[in-house]
Amino acid sequence: MPEPGSNRTPETGAFFQRDRQWHPPAFTPGYKSSVLRSPQKALVAFANTLSELSGPVFGHAMLGELDNDLIHNFARSGESAIGERIIVQGRVLDERGRGVPGVLLEFWQANAGGRYRHKKDGYLAPLDPNFGGCGRAITGEDGGYAFRTVRPGPYPWPNGPNDWRPAHIHFSVFGHGFAQRLITQMYFEGDPLIWRCPIVGGISDRRAVEALIAPLDMQSTIPMDALAYKFDIVLRGRRSTLFENRPEGN
Amino acid sequence: MAQSLDRLKESPSQTAGPYVHIGLTPNFCGIGGVYDNDLGSTMVNELTKGERIELRIRVLDGTGTPLRDALIETWQADAAGIYNSPAELRGTADPNFLGWGRQPTDMETGVCLFRTIKPGRVPFRDGRLMAPHITLWIVARGINIGLHTRLYFSDEEKANAEDPILARIEHRVRVPTLIAERHGDTYVFDVHLQGEKETVFFDS
Repeated sequence: MPEPGSNRTPETGAFFQRDRQWHPPAFTPGYKSSVLRSPQKALVAFANTLSELSGPVFGHAMLGELDNDLIHNFARSGESAIGERIIVQGRVLDERGRGVPGVLLEFWQANAGGRYRHKKDGYLAPLDPNFGGCGRAITGEDGGYAFRTVRPGPYPWPNGPNDWRPAHIHFSVFGHGFAQRLITQMYFEGDPLIWRCPIVGGISDRRAVEALIAPLDMQSTIPMDALAYKFDIVLRGRRSTLFENRPEGN
Repeated sequence: MAQSLDRLKESPSQTAGPYVHIGLTPNFCGIGGVYDNDLGSTMVNELTKGERIELRIRVLDGTGTPLRDALIETWQADAAGIYNSPAELRGTADPNFLGWGRQPTDMETGVCLFRTIKPGRVPFRDGRLMAPHITLWIVARGINIGLHTRLYFSDEEKANAEDPILARIEHRVRVPTLIAERHGDTYVFDVHLQGEKETVFFDS
């Protein structure tokens, strides 16, 4: 049910069909891990039911003060993470171009040297004792969000004999309907490793790759403090229910 | 030329990668002190209405090896079949049940456990009732776009037989891939990413 006192019309329209030519397919052999983990049979399609249209709500109350500050949220008191200080900010929009409020964004990344705080990561670059690598935010009324972090380093990974990931930040995006659920990665403008990456290379349309590259945003920088990158995210849009009738058996 | 439709394209998906825990279950992977607890790790409390059940889920690759770096999210209705969501217009859900869960697969065994309640039945678009089910969303290294499937219950034979989504599956031999087997209060569900027993995945 809508929140008491809310004058926002509940959204109940079906989501636009996902363009699976735009997303990477399941099987992208250049990215070896996909070979044994990709379904081979056709997906079974059906129109959204309430199970796909609905989704949980995450309130701003769950956020801690430092949740969107990766420079400080794992650091010892009075210290901060090492690396290029950056602001990442943007909006979450739907395919109609409207800002989507109340979206839970969770981010994770390697430290400035390209090392993750994870027991599966054995890269020789050192851990930063003041950097955990996770953060989160919930979008405001206009779909806007921002967080502070250090620019992650690129790193080698065991795929080909000498494959390197471009610098990137992982984003988990939780919109209003469970069918909007999305995980993606943000890349940095000008990074020559983007076009050499087998994971990025799973996307066939160059414009789709470009939609994941955040430009430097000088207007959002903090002088003498931090550079800024803009990263907008687009979630599936909803059909209008205005002229929809629902006869029995539809 | 004609006017532009002014539509945007959905952001393309990229794999969650092997370090998904850092972002989504940091306490599980040893990053303590940033969040009080891992979101979605506890689904029920003592006041939640409904039959307590446990889901024991594994995700198996094309060789039958369980994934030990996957992450599963679940979304379900409450015991009365009401979703705890603004899109739910039929009533108010149990305030002690959000209906959403998130768990990583165990890094050694690949087993993923959810303690939840059995959901009630939710109507299909035409008002017919769907069988009780839980929506699953699976991400991992090597999975380029999150996989959507459903878990149905082996002790709901009659409801399953009239479920409109299960009825859509042309190859009837594949329907059992969506049905979790009941053992006491535990439902066991193996998701096969490939092979003869490949689980039915949805595009909805």
